[in-house]
Amino acid sequence: MSSAMYERMRANPKFQELVARRGRFAWTLAFIVLTMFYGFVMVVAFNPASLGQPLAEGSMWTVGVAVELFMFIFFWVLTAVYVKRANTEFDSLTQEIVKEAWKEQK
Amino acid sequence: MMRQLITALGLLSLSALAVAAGDPLGAAEKQATNWHAIIMFCIFVFMTMGITYWAASRTKSTADFYTAGGGITGFQNGLAIAGDYMSAATLLGLTAMVYSQGYDGYIYMLAFFAGWPIILFLMAERLRNLGKFTFSDITAYRLDQGKVRTMAAISSLIVVCFYLIAQMVGAGQLIKLLFGLEYNVAIFAVGILMMVYVTFGGMVATTWVQIIKACMLLAGGTLVMFLAFGQFGFSFQTLLEKATAVHKLGPKLMYPGSLLADPVTAISLGLGLMFGTAGLPHILMRFFTVTDAKEARKSVLYASGFVAYFFNVIFIMGLCGIIIVGQNPEFFEGGTLGAKLIGGGNMVAMHLAKAVGGNMLLGFLAAVAFATILAVVSGLALAGASAISHDLYARVIMKGQASEEKEIRVSKIATICLGFVAIILGILFEKQNIAFMVGLAFGVAAAANFPVLILSMYWKGLTTRGALFGGYGGLVSAVLFVLFSKSVWVDVLHNPAALFPYTQPALFAMPIAFLLAYIFSKTDSSVRAGQEIEAFEDQYVRAQTGYGAASASNH
Repeated sequence: MSSAMYERMRANPKFQELVARRGRFAWTLAFIVLTMFYGFVMVVAFNPASLGQPLAEGSMWTVGVAVELFMFIFFWVLTAVYVKRANTEFDSLTQEIVKEAWKEQK
Repeated sequence: MMRQLITALGLLSLSALAVAAGDPLGAAEKQATNWHAIIMFCIFVFMTMGITYWAASRTKSTADFYTAGGGITGFQNGLAIAGDYMSAATLLGLTAMVYSQGYDGYIYMLAFFAGWPIILFLMAERLRNLGKFTFSDITAYRLDQGKVRTMAAISSLIVVCFYLIAQMVGAGQLIKLLFGLEYNVAIFAVGILMMVYVTFGGMVATTWVQIIKACMLLAGGTLVMFLAFGQFGFSFQTLLEKATAVHKLGPKLMYPGSLLADPVTAISLGLGLMFGTAGLPHILMRFFTVTDAKEARKSVLYASGFVAYFFNVIFIMGLCGIIIVGQNPEFFEGGTLGAKLIGGGNMVAMHLAKAVGGNMLLGFLAAVAFATILAVVSGLALAGASAISHDLYARVIMKGQASEEKEIRVSKIATICLGFVAIILGILFEKQNIAFMVGLAFGVAAAANFPVLILSMYWKGLTTRGALFGGYGGLVSAVLFVLFSKSVWVDVLHNPAALFPYTQPALFAMPIAFLLAYIFSKTDSSVRAGQEIEAFEDQYVRAQTGYGAASASNH
């Protein structure tokens, strides 16, 4: 692949914008997942009893089950949010960058 | 010729099944021949053989063989990834874990799941944009092809072999129990069917076997869960009230228990499962089968959706099992509650199927379990074979000069060799404690494959020297930590005390790999290193935009 194409793409301010925007978004989501997951692991390790508490008096739903079910759903929703934004906004920006690099070549 | 061979082999393996099924002798734990299961499994084999026959005509180029021509859709690939990820150990082992330890099993499943969002956010798109056939296409992108690929191939093969042993031994024992077949016959059946799928159908057949099996697994699990949960009026409240009333843990059933009591083990396990997933060669390879980054992202969305759903199904199944299986003397040896479960602890899911759906459902679930093993083993064999043919043969030995035909031939030979290796290892390890094998595979994947892969995509400063020290360092330390841990040093080698106090290597081996890669890259002042760092810029633009990425071949 021609290095010149890559050079032109890199010089395009839109490329910097794409990288910055997508990077910020991806790392924010990754940070949320990692913090929640390892936070949860720490609670499991250091304060397991808190997860065994019932959600309400007489309920068999414990805090732990509710928190985990929430994480299963929430993490999946985050993947859906990322895929939606990446496949529309970021991908059309990417296409513009590639197209503009082609145009310059002519 | 190829087609006749497929038909012949298909018939051969079926007749082998039939012959063995009639054999009344065997080990004590061998169960009565289960005809429902055998018939349903044969239907699965016929279907997949048909697909292999069709796929063989579509497998001509190396791209077809390794990545199904890059034409798999995101949804199909999502199912196939979910199929690769949910092995028989997931279905049987995790149900059993919930049955015996309650909430701990659920925690374990979350750890298995949490790697997927991370793979999506940080890796999926770059993998697709940079890779072609194997993940070493990415690590070797701007580094020394020969050395880096050799290292990646070695660690891939180690991961594949350990994972294969675990699957094969599990398969033999499971099939002995479920189908009433001899252990060795079961091993041969799995090994031979796998060789047929992979050598003739390549990635096309492997993907479809995986998709069919994932659908069967999802359908079977859901059905059992519905029938079982229905007995409690679909009320989680009622289910838990009854389960905690009869379980030996009592109210502690829903507390985190002994499994993750120690924080070091908990974090190390979490790291190993999360980043091990992101370093498994057969999972990484799946990212190259889709058309573009867009489809790669969708694959993860679907795959993680199926995995998350299925883990919750398993959680309910395990809890239902506590009452439906745990309170039914029919499922215990000698008919006494609290004795050993017939067939061992891993049979909870199967007993549950029988209790709620009779022999028909038991047969179906048993066939699903066998199909699952077969599909996972095929995916592993293909990943191993491509490490040998694409990385070692075509790039390292032939330096990119091998013709496509030759490369495919080498990969087929490699598949057959791996098949025999799997059969031999499966037989050798029959009586061994193999519990550590999957952990070791994940540990090596997390410590040897993942650090080099992620650094090569994200860190400009990585040089060949750094990658080699990091990769080999992670590999050796992961293997040594497992070797010196209780699961091998004490349980297998019968030494009095473990030299390494923890069972999970990731927390220790991963930092070693990253640190070595960093130090030896930073201190590398060779001309070559300078060029490698410079080449990062182009690689970076390609990773971000997908310009120049391998495209789908036309059919």
